[in-house]
Amino acid sequence: MSSSRKFLALVAAGLFSTAVAHAAEPLLGLGKPATPAQIAAWNIDARPDGVGLPEGKGSVSEGDDAFQESCAMCHGTFGEGGKYPRLAGEGKLTGDRPEQTVGSFWPYSVTLFDFINRAMPYPAPHSLPPEKVYAITAYILNQNNLVGDDFVADKNSLPKVKMPNEGGFIWKDPRPDTHDTACMQNCRPISGVKVSSTAEGSRVTPRTTGPLDTDIPQ
Amino acid sequence: MKKLDTQLERAERLMPARRGLFRLGAAGALAAGFGRMARAEDALPSQDWGSGIGSAVADVTYGMPAKDESDMQRRLVPWLTGDQTSSISFTPLQYQTGVITPSGVFFERYHNGMVQANKRDTRLMIHGLVDRPLVFTFEDIMRMPSETHVHFLECAANGGMEWRAAQLNSLQYTHGMVACAEWVGVKLSTLLEQTGIKKEGKWLLAEGSDGSHLTRSIPIEKALDDCMVVYGQNGEMLRHEQGYPIRLLVPGWQGNMNVKWLRRLKIGDKPWFSHEETSKYTELRKDGKAYGFTWPIYAKSVITFPCPEMPVKGPGTYEVRGFAWSGLGKIKQVDVSFDGGVSYTRARLDGPVMPKCFTRFTCEWRWDGKPVLMQSRAIDETGFVQPTIAELRAERGANGVYNNNSIQTWDVKADGSVNNVQLA
Repeated sequence: MSSSRKFLALVAAGLFSTAVAHAAEPLLGLGKPATPAQIAAWNIDARPDGVGLPEGKGSVSEGDDAFQESCAMCHGTFGEGGKYPRLAGEGKLTGDRPEQTVGSFWPYSVTLFDFINRAMPYPAPHSLPPEKVYAITAYILNQNNLVGDDFVADKNSLPKVKMPNEGGFIWKDPRPDTHDTACMQNCRPISGVKVSSTAEGSRVTPRTTGPLDTDIPQ
Repeated sequence: MKKLDTQLERAERLMPARRGLFRLGAAGALAAGFGRMARAEDALPSQDWGSGIGSAVADVTYGMPAKDESDMQRRLVPWLTGDQTSSISFTPLQYQTGVITPSGVFFERYHNGMVQANKRDTRLMIHGLVDRPLVFTFEDIMRMPSETHVHFLECAANGGMEWRAAQLNSLQYTHGMVACAEWVGVKLSTLLEQTGIKKEGKWLLAEGSDGSHLTRSIPIEKALDDCMVVYGQNGEMLRHEQGYPIRLLVPGWQGNMNVKWLRRLKIGDKPWFSHEETSKYTELRKDGKAYGFTWPIYAKSVITFPCPEMPVKGPGTYEVRGFAWSGLGKIKQVDVSFDGGVSYTRARLDGPVMPKCFTRFTCEWRWDGKPVLMQSRAIDETGFVQPTIAELRAERGANGVYNNNSIQTWDVKADGSVNNVQLA
């Protein structure tokens, strides 16, 4: 490389590093400050400790009415479920058919408010005022025998409802909980290779070619 | 489209009778010299598509797969969910030839149906424990420094119907809640630099704008490591099915965390324990306790040929093919067994091996026509070895639904048919 070209290369490198330094400036000047009104409009999350719960309140009996109006068509009159999730019941969490209901499984009562508020009623999500969401929350907790008939849910009372299964969760990933080695030969006795189940002839397998099962007139 | 159909119909009319009618011995072919009438067995197909003009450019302005590939479709299991707007469809992995899943058949998971959000009304709000709460438009995000990464995305419930026993006789239904794509977007670290993070900020809440307003809590270390807000997938804008125009990408972690139609990121000091990380996406053990926050997808692999949908056609040479992936990094090794896990053969890793990405593997196979119990076993760069279903069940029970990364066994029968089986 000639000295003049070297010089040009150095100049180019110098310019380049200037450009890099400029790009490393953290603030891009994009986006606008979020106004308090904007934040209030979308800031709907509520935490188990009650942070984020809105004003308002709702009783079990108000919840009965609201539940029958907005929820029972999918979840049953008493939250017994059917085609859609069962909400009430002190189901067992062991055995072949565990029943993971609000009462048997959910660790935190506020999650119930948060979920109903953001995602329910299914056909018209986030359409109910906080009073109705509190009331429906109270009704479902009552159907699970976790609060009395006179319970009124609000931002103070709801976080105090302790769920029976709060201690049933392990929030630390236990994996790896299997410890195989990359064995290549004689990894198990040939006599130990036994098919325990097969899907051959499975009648629950939908079609794998042609039209979808749901597109075929029944 | 009309024009193309007409062309295809014409081509079909001109096709000769079935090729199989003309089969003869190979020796005859050698005997038949050039220029002489070929023996019927070796007659090459007439390829009538070459005897006229093909269709013009831009006859089809957004091309579609060949007509013969019409089985490459997303499919669903109608009995799995009460409603098809809160449900899942499955990637046709049996037809996927490389690591990139075509966007049109990338599996779908909706919690309140697929919404058609638009760029104009999309906003991304970042607030909570930040120095400068900000609202970004789609244009703002497009103007930011961008990156490209290829990552798989897997629903934590993939294989969930197989915990108790082999149930679905299909690769698509046992493994199709996973797909892999090239993603383009903005690193979350870039976005969070704009707002700053207060020192108490340890968790990030991501929320979607669709009816489910789905939320997940993500530790801030992961958010700042490799998470992205993406708008590009496989060379074009995201499809509506994947959260157009912006979704969160949480590389290697449960699909559910990759919030679609993203609208809000909030920094907090504790996790939120939302519906999607308590009632769902937690794993019930056999003793009734449940694991939560089991985020990464552990090493997994599956043979895509042969499989129930792609049987074997008689003894001879084949190439066993499949995909391996790990949410903890790169795939280091894949082994294939033909005897139900008594012995393994090292497979060849094909193409680029990228972290948290499908890695294609192949293995030559000379089949003698005898029954085979075929498996693949992945090992990732952390040294983790993919377990058997029997081991997973012994450890966790069969009620867990999620995080089934077990070795798949295909039972290849003497007639070449392939069935999904589990070994004791």
